[in-house]
Amino acid sequence: MSAATATTTAIIDQTDKQRRALLLVFCCTLFGAAAQVLIKTGATHLAHPSLLTAALGMVTNKFLFCGYSLYGISTILLVIALKDGELSITYPVIALTYVWVAMLSYFLMHESMGLYKIIGISLIVTGVAIVGKAKR
Amino acid sequence: MVLVFTGAFIGSIGAAFLKAGAGRLQMSVAALASNWRLGVGILAYCVSSVFFVYGNARGELSVLYPIVALGYIWTLVWSRIFFREPFTRVKFFGVGLILVGVFFLNAASG
Repeated sequence: MSAATATTTAIIDQTDKQRRALLLVFCCTLFGAAAQVLIKTGATHLAHPSLLTAALGMVTNKFLFCGYSLYGISTILLVIALKDGELSITYPVIALTYVWVAMLSYFLMHESMGLYKIIGISLIVTGVAIVGKAKR
Repeated sequence: MVLVFTGAFIGSIGAAFLKAGAGRLQMSVAALASNWRLGVGILAYCVSSVFFVYGNARGELSVLYPIVALGYIWTLVWSRIFFREPFTRVKFFGVGLILVGVFFLNAASG
């Protein structure tokens, strides 16, 4: 009886941990998407990038600096998420980054939002939702 | 194509090392400094992003996004081999949908 209770508690605890991991990696995708948009904006400001000027730009260009800083933060969040979450469940959620980038590009850079993009976004969101519900 | 493929492969290995390192995460400077798995993971992540930047510069990335997304499949394989996380139909179905979705997003911007 107590073994059954302990097992149940363990399962609840595990799913709680996995839920927290999913929440963390979700934040990680938001930071990652903002980073990508900032880096893309910064990169267009570099006229003829060589490896050196690109590396220098990470410090001197404010877009690149903020972008790479956010990348760093999103990586730290990913590591904390992976501490408790299953890799095979937590990692695929990163695909949400593509969704945020597509939406940010639409709202901020006024890129088009065609049928293919809407289909792609829907499929990724559905896929992430399904993976997120996968059992241990 | 080889560049992007290699980049995705290295990136997925990086994710596996990040997971291995995260499991041993302790909040002290000495423990973080000696956590070589975390170091290898972060290094592999950086190396893979360099591959992607080169691939992008050569106009490869947009065509080969599906290959990048293959990294998700690799990661499932490492999860199974190194962390004994079960392969399940649900995981493959979800990742499959994500792959097709990435393909569509790429087709739209390509």
